[in-house]
Amino acid sequence: MNNQKGTETIENREKGSTNDDSFKNLSGFKIKALYGPEDISQRDHETELDLPGEYPFTRGIHKTMYRQRPWTIRQLGSLDSPAKANERIKQLLQMGATGISLCLDMPTIMGRDSDDPLAEGEVGSCGGVAIDSIEDMRNLLEGIPIDEISINFVSNSQSAVILAMFVAVAEERGVPLERLTGTMQNDILKEYQAQKSYYFPPRPSMRLTIDTLGFCNKHLPRFNPISISGYHLASAGATPVQEVAFTLANGFTYVEEGIRAGLSVDSFAPRLSFFFKVHNDFFENIAKYRAARRIWAKTMRERFDAKDRRSCLFRVHTQTSGSSLTAHQAENNIIRVTIQALSAVLGGTQSLHTNAFDEALSIPTPKSEKLALRTQQIIAKESGVINTVDPLAGSYYVEALTNQMEDECYKYFKEIENLGGVISAIEKGYFAKIIADSAFSYQRKIEKGERIVVGLNEFFEEEETDIELREADPEFEREKVSDLVELKENRDQALVKVCLNEIGEVCQGSDNIIPYLIKAVKSYVTLGEIIGVMKEIFGEYREESIY
Amino acid sequence: MVKRLLAGDRRSAARLITLVENEMDDHHKVMSLVYPHTGQAMILGITGAGGAGKSTLTDHLIGKFREQGKKVGVVVVDPSSPFSGGAFLGDRIRLQSHSQDDGVYIRSMASRGYLGGLSRATYDVIRIMEAMGNEVVIVETLGAGQDEIDIIHIAHTCLLIVTPGMGDDIQAMKAGIMEIADIIVLNKADLDGANTSLRHLQGALTAGSFEEGEWMPCVVSTVSAANKPEDLQGIDELASAIAEHQTYLRKTRAIDRVKYNRVEQELGLIFKDELQKIIFKGLKGTGKKREYIESIIEQRNDPYSVVEEVLNTYLLPGE
Amino acid sequence: MAEKKKIKVLVTKVGLDGHDRGAKVVSSLLKEAGMEVIYLGMFQRPESIVRAAIDEDVDVIGLSYLSGEHLIFTPKVVDEMKKNNFVDVLLIAGGTFPAEDIPIMEEMGIDKVFRAGSLTESIVDYINDHVEE
Repeated sequence: MNNQKGTETIENREKGSTNDDSFKNLSGFKIKALYGPEDISQRDHETELDLPGEYPFTRGIHKTMYRQRPWTIRQLGSLDSPAKANERIKQLLQMGATGISLCLDMPTIMGRDSDDPLAEGEVGSCGGVAIDSIEDMRNLLEGIPIDEISINFVSNSQSAVILAMFVAVAEERGVPLERLTGTMQNDILKEYQAQKSYYFPPRPSMRLTIDTLGFCNKHLPRFNPISISGYHLASAGATPVQEVAFTLANGFTYVEEGIRAGLSVDSFAPRLSFFFKVHNDFFENIAKYRAARRIWAKTMRERFDAKDRRSCLFRVHTQTSGSSLTAHQAENNIIRVTIQALSAVLGGTQSLHTNAFDEALSIPTPKSEKLALRTQQIIAKESGVINTVDPLAGSYYVEALTNQMEDECYKYFKEIENLGGVISAIEKGYFAKIIADSAFSYQRKIEKGERIVVGLNEFFEEEETDIELREADPEFEREKVSDLVELKENRDQALVKVCLNEIGEVCQGSDNIIPYLIKAVKSYVTLGEIIGVMKEIFGEYREESIY
Repeated sequence: MVKRLLAGDRRSAARLITLVENEMDDHHKVMSLVYPHTGQAMILGITGAGGAGKSTLTDHLIGKFREQGKKVGVVVVDPSSPFSGGAFLGDRIRLQSHSQDDGVYIRSMASRGYLGGLSRATYDVIRIMEAMGNEVVIVETLGAGQDEIDIIHIAHTCLLIVTPGMGDDIQAMKAGIMEIADIIVLNKADLDGANTSLRHLQGALTAGSFEEGEWMPCVVSTVSAANKPEDLQGIDELASAIAEHQTYLRKTRAIDRVKYNRVEQELGLIFKDELQKIIFKGLKGTGKKREYIESIIEQRNDPYSVVEEVLNTYLLPGE
Repeated sequence: MAEKKKIKVLVTKVGLDGHDRGAKVVSSLLKEAGMEVIYLGMFQRPESIVRAAIDEDVDVIGLSYLSGEHLIFTPKVVDEMKKNNFVDVLLIAGGTFPAEDIPIMEEMGIDKVFRAGSLTESIVDYINDHVEE
């Protein structure tokens, strides 16, 4: 084909295209009507495009990716009571899930026991499991082969305690800690930036994070102690490029802190993993993953001098976007989830959770959950997209977008650096403001009709909902509280006190706190009690930022 | 309703404040009933740039006054959007610790277009709080620079909050606000650059000219946003400084001058408002308003001449 | 002479849930619609909500729910309002609810429920139409 002629045609077309302002993606990039070779010619193909499984991993972290093994189908398995959650986990495993995610209920997220007055009405809320004591962890994992299944604990500020309970139960069951696989979300930085379920100020929180990191390093080599999360940033409003920029910045911060604590980068970096959201823009999302892989790899090698190849691998779990689901015409969400799931797969995610279509209404029913799971299975087994690695590589559009994302990220990194780093930027309200502005701008566009949500601001219909919904169980709270009260009465009170005192002292010192927590939970000290002592020593963090 | 207000009823206070804020019917009459029961409270003004920590400091000060058994009223003023007229009033978030204390009454106000951030109604709102039984009324406003000095006309004791390294100290000095505030609070004194800022501020003050016996503004360092109560700094010192200023006002009778200024300022505002309304109404009635304005646009006339003409015709006694 | 009275809306989250994106975004949009928004933020209890509503003499109380706590807290808020004889205000709720809970909430005392994703325009219109002059 005559190259020159082709270029002319593209140029002419660009001139003729009207109003390119109305074609912007979620990150705000203007999208051209047509992309061609000149859009990627500036970059050095040789070093940047590369091969999957090879530095800088733009095309994927493994050589054969899904051909060898598809991504992990990891669905959320929690329910209010540990016993019910246990049943659900077993069901999911039977249905073909290969990994499990567990969420906590609101009181546990906020560091409170089920009998705490502030927990009233919220025990077992939101599809999360109430964990007060080691007894709950035992019930939760009863009969589950924890040495074979990968478990993702969606816990953050309370991670140290949850980890202690997990380890304690494993020890009781005689499972060697080296065989435990899974993840703890344990990403405190994003709490300050978006999810707001922090307790202590940044420094002590970071200390706890590094303690869990150090402990896992030594004793749970197959367990990922941090899942650096962009999902929550995106849910709070961050655009795709902000999501990847801030997530990576957070990641680099953890690496810095780990090194500062005396760990060698290659000893813990291979276990760092990530958690992304899939937004609605199909190609933008794919570019996001590719850019993330490239930036992580380059930075780990060039800035942190990582020698181990595995330190440079950007391993990511993905969840489809909850906030893009509508309550109106909920079945439309099935399509949304499918498109998002496909985007994540083409982006090269390591594991995936697909939302049930009724998620905007309430906790999913078994039926809608199954559909969500089948969505992944159909993509994996019927669509053929797994037959080759990174099929969209070489696409002018995708490569150009990847490059653009990368460039924008570096701009954000500079801004954060100028503010003194991530923690300093958090204290100055940098992230909260950007994210809130993005959230506002997004909603404004929807309100003005500049961004369409089908069934909401276009093709809106009044409707009767015919969808069956899952009922929450009100009895549960009562039972849980009385169980807890009983547990507290029947334990060795003197021992509890000793443990709590010890924890208080360790908080003030610099020893790794995890062994002390393990001892405490074995003595039936509750999560709320432990967090309570820590709050006294570390203080409670109040958000300073102006909205 | 006024009776209930005097008895300390919150609902009445709230309703009355709405009445005066919106200049609803009878608000003049109501205020004249309220007025005799005012004048006894300490009015504390707190101003500073956004992010300086005003509300957090206010929160602590409320605590201090409550310890002394005093009832406290708080007016928090935030800017209205010049485009929509709406406002986002989010300062209560930082005053949470007093939400259930019956001895504390907090009210948010939007500036509603007044440049200085404080509307006429603010005077009335303060009065209502006084009449309600509050011995201290704190008025908190956003002070971004030269414009925001209305607070000095409203408060007896004026606090300016600055923070290290953000340049507010320099800005404040340039604006001359320094000489107007009675107490400068250097908040976030645990940040880098605090010592330098402190030096700058103290230097600027000593360089200023104050007469014998006059109050020289002092600088107090504080750390208001503490994760643990033990980390709070400077609050006691601040409370003392405020008490000292209050004593100064009373002992030297400077309070009289302050009171005089307040009333003068308020009268001025009311006159400005009312006269403008009357004049425009009158002009409109005779159809002259449009005439005048068009003549100015068409360069046949200028604003000053118009005003002179109107005043001569309608206000000043003719010969 | 008075301008049209400004409508004051109190926006708050109730209970332990910290997802405040919706509450903040709606607050900003209400401000753009010319209303004065008292934003209470997270972790509010019924007592503090009603106390603030009374002191600020609001026209509307807006509760933001995400994590399933709407059936627990709504009656508590309504009770607190009744206790303080503060019942003339508009009480609205926004967030994530199953459709079948909506009539229950209305029966509990909520004047109008706005499901997640509702356009703010509909909220603004509703408020404008239903606030007493």
